[in-house]
Amino acid sequence: MHIVVCIKQVPDSAQIRVHPVTNTIMRQGVPAIVNPYDLFALEEALRLKDQFGGRVTMLCMGPPQAEDALRKCISFGATDAILVTDRAFAGADTLATSYALTAAIRKIHAEQAVDLVFTGKQTIDGDTAQVGPGIAKRLGWNLLTYVSKINEVDLDGKTLTVERRAEGGVQRLQTTLPSLITMLEGTNEMRFATMDDMLRAGRCQIRKWSKDDAGIEDITKIGLKGSPTIVSKVFAPKARSVRAEMQEVGDGTNVNDVCLNLLQKIFTTHPTLEHETVERLSA
Amino acid sequence: MSDAAKPAMAAAAAAGAAKTAGRSGRSTELPEHLKVYKGVWVFIEHDRGQVHSVSWELMGEARKLADKLGVEVSGVLLGGPADKLEDYAKEAYVYGADHCYLMRDPVLQGYRNEPFTKGLTDLVNQHQPEILLLGATTMGRDLAGSVATTLGTGLTADCTELNIDGRALAATRPTFGGSLLCTIMTLAYRPQMATMRPRTAAMPARDESRSGDIITMELGMIETDIVTKLLAFIPDATSNNINLAYADIIVTAGKGLKNADNCKLVWDLARVLGAEVGATRAVTQAGWLEAERQVGQTGKTVRPKLYIAAGVSGAIQHRVGMEASDVIVAINTDPNAPIFDFAHHGIVGNAMQVLPVLTAAFRSHLDKRIRKVA
Repeated sequence: MHIVVCIKQVPDSAQIRVHPVTNTIMRQGVPAIVNPYDLFALEEALRLKDQFGGRVTMLCMGPPQAEDALRKCISFGATDAILVTDRAFAGADTLATSYALTAAIRKIHAEQAVDLVFTGKQTIDGDTAQVGPGIAKRLGWNLLTYVSKINEVDLDGKTLTVERRAEGGVQRLQTTLPSLITMLEGTNEMRFATMDDMLRAGRCQIRKWSKDDAGIEDITKIGLKGSPTIVSKVFAPKARSVRAEMQEVGDGTNVNDVCLNLLQKIFTTHPTLEHETVERLSA
Repeated sequence: MSDAAKPAMAAAAAAGAAKTAGRSGRSTELPEHLKVYKGVWVFIEHDRGQVHSVSWELMGEARKLADKLGVEVSGVLLGGPADKLEDYAKEAYVYGADHCYLMRDPVLQGYRNEPFTKGLTDLVNQHQPEILLLGATTMGRDLAGSVATTLGTGLTADCTELNIDGRALAATRPTFGGSLLCTIMTLAYRPQMATMRPRTAAMPARDESRSGDIITMELGMIETDIVTKLLAFIPDATSNNINLAYADIIVTAGKGLKNADNCKLVWDLARVLGAEVGATRAVTQAGWLEAERQVGQTGKTVRPKLYIAAGVSGAIQHRVGMEASDVIVAINTDPNAPIFDFAHHGIVGNAMQVLPVLTAAFRSHLDKRIRKVA
């Protein structure tokens, strides 16, 4: 079984700060990590490799330093990794990104036929969830988004049954290989890296593909030129003009007064809220 | 890269869209053949006999955009023989639609990516809307990403605000975990596509006097054309059905509660108010509460009538998910916590000390009222 897992190296958004004056992102000192959602995709791919044998090829588009993210994935047990990196990709939106990744997957597929492509549900920096569906459509492969469980894979019959998160329940879907799966978070737990794999990750060769290596000829489809969306403005969220009406709890003696006061304020300024709450509780 | 790299780039360059685009040599002019694209469309999401409320929220936004542009609003309904599409169309008019495009086919019974992508793509190519809006749900995002790629046009996900700038859609969304907002435009391609999360926009007012017409189109697919089969739909057990997005009152636990046991205090207050329990990212990551309860940029967007935040600092990624709440109450020991900058009522104090007293106060007040009703 040959599985390709697409990942992205992202800044750890929990540690991002915005410069208070210039409203620009302060990247200094913010660690770059493997997009956490992608790890659920990787673990699921590794489980299939454990079960069926074969290989897991990591694929990432990004600057040269994204190599670190790929090495991390190899330390978890991925077979090998390709970094698609070229200045021509700069400024790509999701449409241009899916174009470049699709070209690379076609190239990988030509080397050794691919059965499944995995991506995470979305990234933590862009949050768009668009690249996975984009790749599937470009490849013309079956798209399975928000997959919570892989029920069955039949390699000989080339079929696949999964559960997909929908609103208010899950869909059980059956489809054929090859397919693209975007994996839901919280569906599995990433394994610990073994010493062998950590050593292998340190010394293995990460293949670096330029746009030409990836077989991209039409440069109007990649980077800024291939991106229909344009960022016209970046700004900080506005502060509310009125600050909260504050009460302070002192030595503990007035807690009751503070709470009663708050309750009165809420219900007198929003009488319908009180009425509705009583209705709901009475029902 | 993708969307995330661009704001920083644009900000660093401090350049307007035109300038950035000019340097790159890409066109920002709308080609002549795309100028005929007119009207604002809303994909009306429904499943098992229910229209998702986000579709009506979007209809309200679509109406505002269309009025600014001087064009009409249309709802798009795809479904199978068992779906009451005509009834949904009537609802769409009440919420602001002028027309509905309707496509009914047995293969459209239950959502599947392949036939829905073909159906919506064909409708767009045939009737040429300038703006197409979808809910940022598991269905809407699956479909929007597929349709945008097939059409080769721009799609902006999870917008918090939609507006018109010139004649183009200006779609604003949080970026970098909500630390910044960016406005994204699709200038040289049509339709301009955007998704919006449930509860980001307010429900529009109903106007029962409104009506409209239906335009039908055939899908032209048969079941054997479609590889993926929908074997079953397994509804969530009601006990797991956490309807945070549409709750009237939410009591949220933050890291200030110190440990998982203290979350009980939040549950107690929620029970007394008939409220849902929410959580910050730190709380769900620590495993104190389920991931489904997370409010914020990477969790749910909520707009309850009353939001009580206990031990919540008010980080920006949390704020973007709840600041549309009617009344925000914050309890925090730190008088300088950011949450007090956007809460309506603040109590500076220890949530573990305040919550039981507040719970008792609400219980005694509401009990009296309930007895009166009974």
